[in-house]
Parts: sequence; structure tokens; C-alpha cells
Amino acid sequence: MEPGEIHALLGENGAGKSTLMNVLYGLYQPDEGEILVDGKPLKLKGPSDAIGAGIGMVHQHFMLVPVFTVTENIMLGAEQVRGGIAGFLDRRRARREVTEVSERYNLRVDPDAVIEDLPVGIQQRVEIVKALTRDVDLLILDEPTAVLTPQETEELLTVMRSLKAAGKSIVFITHKLGEVKAIADRITVIRRGKTVGTASPEASRDELAALMVGRNVRLTVDKTPATPGEPVLEVSGLVVDDDRQIRAVDGIDLTVRAGEVLGVAGVQGNGQTELIEAIMGLRPVLGGTVSLVGDRINGWKPKRVLRAGVGYVPEDRSVDGLVKEFSVAENLVLDIYDRPPFGAGLALKPDAIAASAKERIEQFDVRTSSADAAVGTLSGGNQQKVIVARELSRPLKLLIAAQPTRGVDVGSIEFIHSQIIHERDVGTAVMVVSSELDEVIGLADRIAVMYRGRIIGIVGPDTPREEIGLLMAGITPDAANERNTDAVPGDGPATDGSPASDPGSASEDEA
Amino acid sequence: MSTMAVPDIAVAPVDEGFWTRSRKVGLTLLGLGLLSAVLFGALATDQQARFTLSDDAAGAALEINGTIGAILFGIIAIAAGAALLAGVPKRWFLPVLAVGLVGFVLSFLCWQISAAPTGQNFMPLVNIIRGTFILALPLIFGALAGVLCERSGVVNVAIEGQLLMGAFSGALFGSISGSVWVGLVAAAIGGAFISLLLAVFAIRYLVDQVVMGIVLNLLAVGVTGFLYERLMQTDAARYNSAPRFSNWEIPLLKDIPVLGPALFRGNIFLYLGLLLVLVIHIALFRTRWGLRTRSVGEHPIAADTLGVKVLRVRYRNVLLAGVVAGIGGASYTLALYSFTKNMIGGKGFIALAALIFGRWNPTGALLAALFFGFADQLATYLGAISSSIPSQFLAMLPYLATILAVAGLVGRVRAPAADGKPYIKG
Repeated sequence: MEPGEIHALLGENGAGKSTLMNVLYGLYQPDEGEILVDGKPLKLKGPSDAIGAGIGMVHQHFMLVPVFTVTENIMLGAEQVRGGIAGFLDRRRARREVTEVSERYNLRVDPDAVIEDLPVGIQQRVEIVKALTRDVDLLILDEPTAVLTPQETEELLTVMRSLKAAGKSIVFITHKLGEVKAIADRITVIRRGKTVGTASPEASRDELAALMVGRNVRLTVDKTPATPGEPVLEVSGLVVDDDRQIRAVDGIDLTVRAGEVLGVAGVQGNGQTELIEAIMGLRPVLGGTVSLVGDRINGWKPKRVLRAGVGYVPEDRSVDGLVKEFSVAENLVLDIYDRPPFGAGLALKPDAIAASAKERIEQFDVRTSSADAAVGTLSGGNQQKVIVARELSRPLKLLIAAQPTRGVDVGSIEFIHSQIIHERDVGTAVMVVSSELDEVIGLADRIAVMYRGRIIGIVGPDTPREEIGLLMAGITPDAANERNTDAVPGDGPATDGSPASDPGSASEDEA
Repeated sequence: MSTMAVPDIAVAPVDEGFWTRSRKVGLTLLGLGLLSAVLFGALATDQQARFTLSDDAAGAALEINGTIGAILFGIIAIAAGAALLAGVPKRWFLPVLAVGLVGFVLSFLCWQISAAPTGQNFMPLVNIIRGTFILALPLIFGALAGVLCERSGVVNVAIEGQLLMGAFSGALFGSISGSVWVGLVAAAIGGAFISLLLAVFAIRYLVDQVVMGIVLNLLAVGVTGFLYERLMQTDAARYNSAPRFSNWEIPLLKDIPVLGPALFRGNIFLYLGLLLVLVIHIALFRTRWGLRTRSVGEHPIAADTLGVKVLRVRYRNVLLAGVVAGIGGASYTLALYSFTKNMIGGKGFIALAALIFGRWNPTGALLAALFFGFADQLATYLGAISSSIPSQFLAMLPYLATILAVAGLVGRVRAPAADGKPYIKG
């Protein structure tokens, strides 16, 4: 690492990026090898050593105490105290320091706000301020853009540039190629715990992807135009609360037709989870109706919904999708274990289960040591394939796939996407919910954008990313157009008043 | 600061509809008020209900006609309930609720005192206040032990065992040495010993903390019970006759009417308990130690990434909790009674209830402990005036109150987020 350099660390999920950085931050101890800072080997016994050596880290899952204020979070571990051994906190001084640092780097935060009240983008800013108040020279950002809207991401990149200008070095961990190309000075690609190559940001996306995965991959989803048929899923006026009894879905209408993919885009936490759970019968419907090919299904138990021909890929496979301790074969029949040919009366039919497992492991390319291996021992991608295999083995009218490729390697993403499109082509109605905008754009025939429990717009897949990004931040085209039309009437390069740059500030007000 | 235009982020308020928590509580209070005004008013007699400002029937007193008092205080409770039902600003909620509850209790007392046998129609306030504090004392120490432990993320169900072990070692070593101070130190060490076991198993070996706490309580009952029978009972003069702290009168304060004789002529444990509430409260929210303790109890990984030694903080706090609870146990054996088998008798669990009722906050825990102590003292008093209310009914109060607290009626109760979760590095 050079001073004032942005070094991107690119790799698939599970490639070892985060582990490497946790070692660098002193959280894990290396088994072998050493870390050199300014040519001197550095022994890190814990994060405090790393901070002492000028290394700061913004973790993928923020390391902020939700019930503390911004100042308290920032002062923790490096408290300014008065009163000798009693150690009274000097809040005023800490607060001043927070204000000073945030002003110096133009990272606005309210020092007295309580973390749990802040939107994710601001929380991340607090994390960065926290590192900066510790005078770090090297800042590690672990998957910083995973939880941000495109506009917030844009802002973060701006912040990174200004930090670079201030002479800080940044390690930027990601698996998103676009961001790397936009900002990195140097790129190191990691695969399965090894450095497989370095590249300059001029390298093409395909080259980088090939390095990451070890072979050529298709970054786009091949598909033919959809031939939508009759409506299969009809949702109208749906109202659902989240676990805290706060309104999460606030009057949603949508229709999914046979033979089309409806993509649901949106920043996480805007009601997508609750929408799907309500459709599946996992969460009480407080208002409105859900119907499946004309049958009103709200109030049905999940099992009945599944039996009616709905396939469901839940968003968190380890919690809702699989029983980790069960074998692959058992997980493959979780939905129909009690039906012939797999069950009869009280007994299971192990032979039939094993035979079908063998077949589906082959058909869906599940890489496992055997059908009897516990599903928890498989990689994320293969676990996901087990779920997809199970759900697609029934005749379906509707497939609901939530975050179908989260934490899945590029090879498996390709496979799962092709399976979803195949399901569409045989006439199933498909609803894909994903916080990865690229995935939604790639798969969907129509895109519904959710914002604060509502569908804020439904657009075609060839809509510009920026426009969808604005919708995700709660800004409708009408509002955006009003701003643009001021500039447009005069002809020429007026389109430069691009919506991507100015609503940056708006998005954080709204988020 | 003025240069920083920070976006104004409002948290979406929970839309509860008309029946907010405040209104539900108001309705309940209104019901209680009606009950007291009508029922207590009807049952009360025309005797004067006297609240004497002394230890006995003599001296100055506040008095009111029983029937009138019961109805009047009932109406106060009704008014408070009605106010909550009509809707009051948020910061008025607790004061209004308090007024209403006090009205209810006073209405009840007017009935009871006026209906008591002739000659006993009085309530000695000094006596009641002193008794409340004495009965609350083990709860205060116990709940503070809970605060220390749980704020750092270790559930302390072993309060009962810590109190008991403190009481036992205080009695034993106090007797052998003949010194209250040796007894006090021994009590602290005894409590810390139970804590050490809790800490090692919960923090080092990741044993379920609730299960471990229960086991430790049983261990403490077993060990002290065994030694009591084998040692103390064989030679009580030598092993179970610890010297006692005498009462210390605090100059000036002791002359305050009512409160002086009730509170400032007590023993060291009373002063120590109240002082500890203050010290721990300030330390928890104003010092580096407190900030780190709370961070470890809320989000230990975050604390770790900032160089806070999570396990060390937890060990230290659990041990401190043992010291505090051990001293609380000694408040029995070095001030009031000699040791008897299982003498804590469940107070450790009520202390746990006070901890929850007081929302893991030292001052809250103090108030909850006093409330429970008052219920306890009231039960004794009602027995003394041969009341028609069974004393068991009042003994139920702490548990009833805790159920209400946990059910969220007195505000949302939120434990430290990492309470009970072992921290595994990496």
C-alpha cells in the first residue's frame, strides 16, 4: 500500500477478503506470515495495536452500539477523561472533536444523535468519522456499499476521493466490479484465500470477473422477451406490520402474470421482506387481499400456500430455507416429505428420498460429498442450489425468490439465474426480490421499486439505473423531471443536470 | 455547530391508535380509583384514621375521618386515571401515575386503619418508613449486583446465592474474629466467590448463564446449610454469634422530623446501600468504566474492535457484583440476626425482579426495591392490626408488579442487548 492510494480488494464471497482484513485489524491472529508497516514487521495482538499502528476499519456489519449516541460510540475505547482514577468522561471535548473531524472531512453527523435512529448511510459515516478521530493512515472499508442506495454509494465514493486527497490510504473490499473501476488505483483479486492477480482499473469488467471466478462468466442473463399470460398473483391494498408492530407494507397493489418475471427492487428494509412473508402466509395480513389464480389466499397457512403451487426461496437461507443439521437429501424433501412417494402414513420412505436426491443433485449441479452430508457443510452457493432444486421440483404456478443469489459465488449465480428464467419460460409467474439492482435488472421483465412500504413505481428493465436508483431513494420521476425540465427546454447538453448527482443530499434526508 | 446542517431524521412514531399505553394505564387506574372510592369508602368506619409522625400512637399525627379519607383519596386516583385517559404530555405520565397510585394506597389505608380494633386506629409513619428501608436493603444490594453484572452482559440469576454466601461468611468469620469489619470483608469475599464461579463458567466455558445461576443458588443453599448444621449448630457461641454494627446517628440529619428517626439513626448497611446506588448510577453513566461496561453489555464485538477488553470487563463486573451482594447478605448477619439455614428466603429473586422493574438502572432498582419493601412492611403492619386482608396477598405484590413490568405496562423494558450472550472472539 502506498500513502494516498485506494487499493481495491476484489473477490467473491468467501474468497477470504474479510478474513484477511480482520487479521490486518488484529481481530484474528495469523497462523503464518507477517505484516509489514513502513518496512517493519508488525505484531498485532488486538485491534488496539492496529489502531496504534494507524490502521482503521469500517466493518461490513457496523460496529456501533445502537443505544449510544454518535459521540459515545466515537469516544469508546479512546475516552478523554477527567478526575484521575474515577475517570469521568469529558463529553464536551469528545463532542468538539467529533464536530471538528466531521467538518474537516465534510462528513456531516450530529454528535448527539442516537445511532439506532440514524439511516444506514449516516451510520456508515459515523464509522468513518470514528476511524478518522483515531488518526488512522490506512482505512479498511469492508463491503461498504452493500447496504447503500446508488446515490449513497456515489456519495461514499466522493468521500473516499477526498480522504485520498488528504493523504489517507484506503483498502476497499468489494465484489462489485463497477465501483472498483470507478475509484480504485490498484486492484488485487483474491480467490480461495490466494492472491490470483493484480490489475489496473482500466481492465475490463469481463477480465476482472474472470480473475475472480477463475473462468469466463456471463455477466448478463440471456433471455428472450417474455410472453405474459393470465394474472397468477394479484395483490391489492396489502397492509402488513413488521415484528415491532410498525407498518412495513402500506397498501401495495401488484400483479404477476404467468410467464413473466416481476422484479422488486429497493433498499433493504423498505417492506420487501414483510410483503413476501405476507404472501406466503408467514405474517398476518392486516388489510387488502392476496389472490392466487383467483383464489383468495390470505389467511392460509404457509403449507397450504405451498401446496397450491407456490415455490418460495426465502431471503435468509440459513434461518428460513434449510435445516442445517439435516442432510442434503432430507432438505430436498422438506416440503413434501409427508406425501407419496416419500412418505406413507407415519413412515418415511428412505429409498425414494435417496433416489430423488441423487437425481436432483445431478440435475441442479449441487456440489456435495454425498446426499447424506449435512447441508450446513456445503458452500453458500450449493446450499442455495439445494433450496432452488427443492422448490423447482414441484409443479409451480408462482415462484417467489427473495435475494436468490445473496452470498453466492458467481458460478452459482449464473446457474440459479438460468433456472429462474427457465421456470419463467415454462409459464410460471415469477417474482424476484433483490437488493442487488443488477440482479433485478438482469432478470426482470418489469421492475417494481419499493420505498417505505409502497410501490413507488413500476418500470421496464431497460430503464436507466440512475432512474431506478432515484426511485429507490424515494424520488419519483415526476419530481425528478420537474428539476430537469427547467434545464431541458433549451436544447443542447442540458441533460447534464443529471439526476444522479444532485439528489445525493435528498436521499439522506429521505432514507 | 451552527454551520452543520444536519438532516433532521425523525423516527417514525409507533402508531398505536387511540389506545396508547398511557390510556390503557389510565383506564386501569380509573378502575382502581372507582373500586377504592366505592368499596373502601363503604367498608371504612367513622373512626379517625391517624398517621402518627412517630414510632407509636403518641405524638403529632395527620388524621382524617376514615370514610371521608377513603372516598377522597379514591377520587384522587379516579382523577389521575381520568387525566391519563384524556391524554397528558409524555413527561407528565409518570408523575400523574404516581399520584394516582398513592391515592389508591392511601384510600386503602384509610379503610384499614379506621376499621382496625379500637385503640389501633393509627399508623406509625416512622416505623413504617424505617421498616420499608430495612426490608428493601437486601433487595437494593441484590439489584445493584444485578445491574453491575447484567450491564456488562452476564445474566445474574445467582443473586440469591451471592446474598446467602455473604450472610454466611459474614456470620462465620465475624464470629471467629469477633470483628464486624473482618466479617464484612469475609462477606464480600463470600459473595465474590459465587460470582467467580459464575464468571468462569459463563465467560470462560460458555455455560448457559441462567442455568448456571440457578445451580449456584442451589450450591450456596447446600454448602451453607451443611456447614450451618455441622459447624454453627454444634458451637453457636463460637461460630454463629457475630458482633453487630451498632446504629450510627448522623448529626443534623437525624433531627429532621419523621425522616431523621426513620433513616438517619440506622446502621452502616443502610447508608452504604444508598451511597452505592448513587455511586453506581454516576459511574455507569458518567465514567469511562461505565461507558465500557455498557458497550460490552450492548454490543461486545463493537467494543472489541475499539480495543476494549470484553472478557476482562465482564470478569471484573461479575466479581464486583459478588462483592456488593455479599455485603448485602451481611446486612442480615452483621446487623440483625444470627445465621439460619436458607435465611435469604427468595429475596435474591425479588431483587432480580427489582432489577427488571427498575429497568437495569440503579435508581430505578432502588425505587422498585423500596416499593417491594413497602409492600412487605405493609403486610406486617396489617397483620399487627389484625386486618381482614390475608398477608399472603401483599406478599404476592412484588411478583405481580414484575409481571406487569415485563408485560410492558410501565413502559418498554429493554434489557442490555447482549445480556446473557457469551462472547466468543473471532
